[in-house]
Amino acid sequence: MRMLNNLIKDKLAIVSLIVIIAIIIGGLFAPLVAPHDPNEIKMSLRYASPSWEHLLGNDHLGRCILSRIIYGIRPSVLWVLFALCISVLIGAVLGFLAGYFKGKVDAFIMRICDIMLSFPGYVMTLAIVSVLGVGLENILIASILVKWAWFARVIRTSVMKYSELEYVKFSKASGISDMKIIYKHLVPVTFSDIAVISSSSIGSMILQISGFSFLGLGIQAPNAEWGMMLNEAREVMFTRPELMLAPGLAIVIVVSAFNFSLMPSK
Amino acid sequence: MGRYILNRVFIATPLLLIISFLTFVLINLSPLDPAEVVLQAQGVPKITDELIVQTKEELGMDQPFIIRYFDWLIASLQLDFGDSYVTGKPVWSLIAPAFLNSFKLTFVSSVVIIIMSILIGVICALKEGKLADKSVRGISFFLTAMPSYWLASILIWYVSVKLNLLPTSGMDSYKSYILPVIIITVSYAGIYFRNVRSSMISNLNEDYVLYCRACGIPEKKITVHILRNSLQVSISIFGMSIPIILGSTVVIENVFAWPGLGSLSVKAILSRDFPIIQAYVLILAAAFVLFNTVSDIINAAMNPRIRNDL
Repeated sequence: MRMLNNLIKDKLAIVSLIVIIAIIIGGLFAPLVAPHDPNEIKMSLRYASPSWEHLLGNDHLGRCILSRIIYGIRPSVLWVLFALCISVLIGAVLGFLAGYFKGKVDAFIMRICDIMLSFPGYVMTLAIVSVLGVGLENILIASILVKWAWFARVIRTSVMKYSELEYVKFSKASGISDMKIIYKHLVPVTFSDIAVISSSSIGSMILQISGFSFLGLGIQAPNAEWGMMLNEAREVMFTRPELMLAPGLAIVIVVSAFNFSLMPSK
Repeated sequence: MGRYILNRVFIATPLLLIISFLTFVLINLSPLDPAEVVLQAQGVPKITDELIVQTKEELGMDQPFIIRYFDWLIASLQLDFGDSYVTGKPVWSLIAPAFLNSFKLTFVSSVVIIIMSILIGVICALKEGKLADKSVRGISFFLTAMPSYWLASILIWYVSVKLNLLPTSGMDSYKSYILPVIIITVSYAGIYFRNVRSSMISNLNEDYVLYCRACGIPEKKITVHILRNSLQVSISIFGMSIPIILGSTVVIENVFAWPGLGSLSVKAILSRDFPIIQAYVLILAAAFVLFNTVSDIINAAMNPRIRNDL
């Protein structure tokens, strides 16, 4: 509740939050929101400038750019959020195990984390993609595998901080089961920490995954994705630089919205 | 101090071994048969089972896993990473010049990043809460939200094509460095200057600063003291950042057609050239561990308190 109150005080955060919600809804209901079919090719409209029919103009195959941006929300934002949730979940489970039970469990999990973190993230992602092959789902799997160790480590620290508190010690002494203590006493207090940690990496994750799509390692044509659209626009960059504008701005808006909505909680 | 260095190296060695093993396992997990990849890459029209068995023997793939790992490890230590599946050239002859090119770009960028983040961080810390501080932080917030490859494309279009000032791509003269270095600096200095700024600010409130002020020491001299103390934190961050930048210039190198590791590795991934990928992952992971160790040692040399932490 306190987080919500803080949010309301901050106008910038409110605007960002509205933008985020609008984008998520737009992505979920893309077929209803988008004015055209994103993959419909109309060669007569190649490189057409914005019109009332196609608000952002048309690309090199005459496809409606606005519709492609709206459909692109799904892979560029929604799937990234999904991947983030899974990797936070893995990190949370292991972080709780390590932070609560300590001792050998902790040492074991932390050593695995150390090894995972000793690979630079980009390189690890590239390595996994090279094994699994190119494609959006493989990029997402790779980023889940790369990120969890970091979440596990941060969540462990947070759990350790709270499990030293008197009331947790008291619950332990009075014989309440470990599962119940974790569920009733630790999950609620660590939750805000976990929320902050995980949401602070949304922005960088969106940037990274669209970057891989830009390189051609992510989603494959003809699917619409913002990084992919920039990749297509790059080929005609010298003659039609305006095609770079819409997808790039979409990424900037989403990432800064996520970053700004976090400001008050920092 | 000597003991600390020994300890640190002692920890790094098994880590390197584990990393090398994981790299090997990872690449061998691939569902594709390397022999088939080789034959396809060489453009063999009809791939028969016989041919596959023969190629496997040539590649040493018929050996047990562990033996292959040790063969590979020992060869790698002698910088022999095998031959590229696609071109048939030794991997080292492809990866060494690419590594050098990437390293040059990374090194120049890191120097610029360090200078810029310290400069901006110190200015912001001294003007904390004032207009300069606020506007710099606002701009950096916006810049870090930009995809670097997008910014790069815009700059190429404007500076290289419209104004025709700098080359659009490649690595010909010092001019080729300017744009990529700017892009890398923008994406990293925007993060690192905040570290410098916050450690400066926390130092500003220390007792020794108050004492210096009370003694009437001029502000300039005090600033130098604070700077020296707050840079310690930054050094370890910068030490870490070099391998991170080295690993993440992939996108930038592709935009600028920089003949470095990033371009090489993406090409290798798209053509499934496993020996190159293997060498790339191993070299960068080793560089990562190496730089970590070195920056820890430098830190310990500067700050005796850390030495007992191990």
